[in-house]
Amino acid sequence: MNDLRSPLSKVKGLGSAREGTSHFWHQRLTALLLIPLVLWIGFGIAALPLEHAILVNWIRQPLVTIAMVLLIMATFYHAQLGLQTVIEDYIASHSSRTLVLLLSNALCLLFGIIGVVSVLKISLGA
Amino acid sequence: MAEFTLPANSVVKQGKLFRAADGATNIRRFVVYRYDPASGENPCIDTYEIDMDSCGPMVLDALLKIKDEMDATLSLRRSCREGICGSCSMNIDGANTLACTQSIADIKGDVKIYPLPHQPVVKDLVSDLTNFYAQYASVEPWMKTDTATPPDRERLQSREDREKLDGLYECILCACCSTSCPSYWWNSDRYLGPAALLNAYRWIVDSRDEAAGERLDELEDPFKLYRCHTIMNCSKVCPKGLNPAMAIAETKKLLVQRKI
Repeated sequence: MNDLRSPLSKVKGLGSAREGTSHFWHQRLTALLLIPLVLWIGFGIAALPLEHAILVNWIRQPLVTIAMVLLIMATFYHAQLGLQTVIEDYIASHSSRTLVLLLSNALCLLFGIIGVVSVLKISLGA
Repeated sequence: MAEFTLPANSVVKQGKLFRAADGATNIRRFVVYRYDPASGENPCIDTYEIDMDSCGPMVLDALLKIKDEMDATLSLRRSCREGICGSCSMNIDGANTLACTQSIADIKGDVKIYPLPHQPVVKDLVSDLTNFYAQYASVEPWMKTDTATPPDRERLQSREDREKLDGLYECILCACCSTSCPSYWWNSDRYLGPAALLNAYRWIVDSRDEAAGERLDELEDPFKLYRCHTIMNCSKVCPKGLNPAMAIAETKKLLVQRKI
């Protein structure tokens, strides 16, 4: 009990970050967007025979390409937001939280780019 | 990391058994958490057998009977014994509530009584709520205005605007909600918790208050407000039947609303 700071001073800390609403809002928007997209990809692929050439041709249709890119971006953005919440909840130390957050953000970005580039390569490639 | 296990000096051991007087026929067992930091011993669980024929109907009646007749060393807070002071909040039968309004008959089996979860324990059922009270103070729970008070009368409020405060102003700050919230357990150093947030919302929606914007500014923070994940333990346990989860959700809605 050598702490001489008042309880109120500790609670106020460094004040409000004036941030978090975009995170909250985007998490819900991407969740809503993912409902139709995930249903579409599920039923879409289930309706096709699992043959390489047929799937490639399917993805090459402009609307399918667009929906696919949208699905991948929404998925990894939503994943990034969700993982951030989990990390902030459970990792108490500031340094390890920052490190894990950066790592998680980087991985989500990387996987998103890999996904989008792959779809575009199939769609636009020769 | 978040704490999932108790530190070695907090592991709860088996304590003493206090038997009811001979000839008692209507016996209930009360299993009570005991801890005295001054003793240097680990916490333990003492068991008290109570003759219900000579005990009042509420858990607080039983605790006071224990303290008066069986074991004077038991520590607990209590005052009004009618659910308005919020002093006797504790964890009874696995949920936070007020001992004075919790009927013994509504509990099956042994009555298990612990202090509020995840707070420092002062002694036995008395937890240290210093941080909780500071969080309440930090939302500045008083009316803030720039307009001077009318010289001849109080500030007026329409009946409809007054009704918006119903379900908010009744909070007695017993801390049942905040200490039932997992998010509060893991991050109570930065997350304000349902009680403070309910009270912040109480002033945000008060038509007489002129600081809603500043209040929202202060709450807009990944930790202060957005640690709430709508788990809703707060609303489930509130002994006054209030809904802090809804107050928090409405606060988030206002923050989105002023942005888009």
